[in-house]
Amino acid sequence: MRNPGERATDVTVDRIIELRDVNKWFGDFHVLRDVNLAVARGEKVVVCGPSGSGKSTMIRCINRLEEHQEGTIIVDGTELTDDLRDIEKIRSNVGIVFQNFSLFPHLTAIENLTLGPVMVRREAEHEAEARAMALLERVRIPEQAQKYPGQLSGGQQQRVAIARALMMNPKVMLFDEPTSALDPEMINEVLDVMVELANEGMTMIVITHEMGFARQVADLMVFMDEGEIVEQAPPQEFFANPRSARTKLFLSQILTH
Amino acid sequence: MTSVGTIPAHGRALRRPPPKRESGPIAWLRANLFGGVHEAVLTVLVAWALFLIVTALYEWAVRDAVWFTTDSLVCRRAAGACWAVIVEKHRVMLFGTFPYEEHWRGVVVIVTIVGMAVASGFRRLWSYRLFVAWVVALGVVLVLQLGGVFGLAPVDTNQWGGLPLTLILFVGTVVGGLPAAVFLALGRRSNLPVIKAACVAVIETVRGVPLLTVLFMASLMFPLFVPPELTIDKLLRAQIAMIIFFAAYGAEVVRGGLQAIPRGQHEAAQAVGLTYWQTTRKVVLPQALRIVIPALMNDIIRAFKNTTFVTIIGLFDVLGATRAALEDLNWQPYALEAYVFIFALYFVFCFSMSKYSEDVERRLREGRNY
Repeated sequence: MRNPGERATDVTVDRIIELRDVNKWFGDFHVLRDVNLAVARGEKVVVCGPSGSGKSTMIRCINRLEEHQEGTIIVDGTELTDDLRDIEKIRSNVGIVFQNFSLFPHLTAIENLTLGPVMVRREAEHEAEARAMALLERVRIPEQAQKYPGQLSGGQQQRVAIARALMMNPKVMLFDEPTSALDPEMINEVLDVMVELANEGMTMIVITHEMGFARQVADLMVFMDEGEIVEQAPPQEFFANPRSARTKLFLSQILTH
Repeated sequence: MTSVGTIPAHGRALRRPPPKRESGPIAWLRANLFGGVHEAVLTVLVAWALFLIVTALYEWAVRDAVWFTTDSLVCRRAAGACWAVIVEKHRVMLFGTFPYEEHWRGVVVIVTIVGMAVASGFRRLWSYRLFVAWVVALGVVLVLQLGGVFGLAPVDTNQWGGLPLTLILFVGTVVGGLPAAVFLALGRRSNLPVIKAACVAVIETVRGVPLLTVLFMASLMFPLFVPPELTIDKLLRAQIAMIIFFAAYGAEVVRGGLQAIPRGQHEAAQAVGLTYWQTTRKVVLPQALRIVIPALMNDIIRAFKNTTFVTIIGLFDVLGATRAALEDLNWQPYALEAYVFIFALYFVFCFSMSKYSEDVERRLREGRNY
């Protein structure tokens, strides 16, 4: 048995993601301030915080959709630099799911899945298709394989997007508010898939305000505000005894409903 | 309290058919033509005017018209149109200065290009093979026009003319200009300053001058600056000028499409690991070009009509050839009839393209739901 205040995994041993003193500005706006975060292999991190707090920017820096200006980001032993080979290597290890799905609307669900592997890894088309069908099976929409994104519901689209990210066999999955663009009745079908993924041992960083999900899967809760990580703690402690006043205020705002 | 509307006591609104509207021809007439005294008077007046115009037109174009004669005096005596001028002069009008006994080659060229264009209109045939067929067809067209092989008499490009010249310039402009437009548009959005500056310079310069000027530059100025041994064929120069002109305008249209693609699409492609060119080819362009089909079609139709400008550098396209044919003093009075024919010809081509683009748009709307 471990104490409620202790993380399930020993981060000092097997860090798959490490952010050290990361800083970033948008123009004059200091959007990330001395961000430090270490994620162990297999760990699930849930990031929350008010909008504009830098959550999205932080995880988008991890696969270089945004560029950090100071500090160090290391993903699975590779440091993120301007070297294109490093960026490519990191991107191939990191899958990302966006708030607005960002599926390719001119391709069918299955084509959305196979495009990456076929183009980037030169995988044979029939092999990629077989894997894609298996993944669509896993996110429980194999019957939608031939449909275009515009013909799918939001929940279905987001599940296709998760499957698309999984096609590249990532070691880490990033989720940028995956359910906040969904109608309420579709949130659970997406969260269910994410819980399954978590149970299979995937390393995940999830930005979400679904606190039920956070309690269920998170190993570590991170609270960000105004570009800095204000508090990080295992969920039991985070929810029961938030230390900072800002965390308390935020939790009271989202949990009172 | 009284119950409100059709909401029954148990709270479920009844499903009802929509309210009835009058229909049928009489209702239509009353609604649109005879809604009141003013409308009725106007309708009658307009109908009377239309009747006069149509009968006069019928008498001129059909009843009193001369259809076949080799003698222009017959036309002079007739009250109606002289369509015989078209029959008499069609060879010059359609083939210009191309050697008379080789006109059959022009016929094959027209049939090939029109046939390929019609075939390309069927979506069923869209495949790699259609692309190959176009390459082969354009090869055949060039061989037939240039001659000099397979026992065909060689024909200088100065002698090309008429409808084949119009079609070749048009197809050449679109085939060369569309890809150039895409590259210019991509270049204008490039992060590389040199490429961006070059593309902006080309687009803005060409957009800033009339096509006539570009053609004059190509035909008159260009040879002055280039040593004679490097001079290229006049027709080819005109073609290149038209391609650049088309590309500059097309680039701005394509750029509009590129801008409509949300940033998320680029990011999603990057996250999956696609390179810039893979993203462009597989994600961005398929969506961007679809958006700009109507606007591009507009440019394409304009390119068809712009081929008439080659007249001013001494090439006889179908319009120029018609003007040349009417140099014949015997037939000169019947220019109207000849131009009506040319008008009809241009209209058929441009209207089909316009209808085709409408059809493509509708299919895309229905089929892919985005």
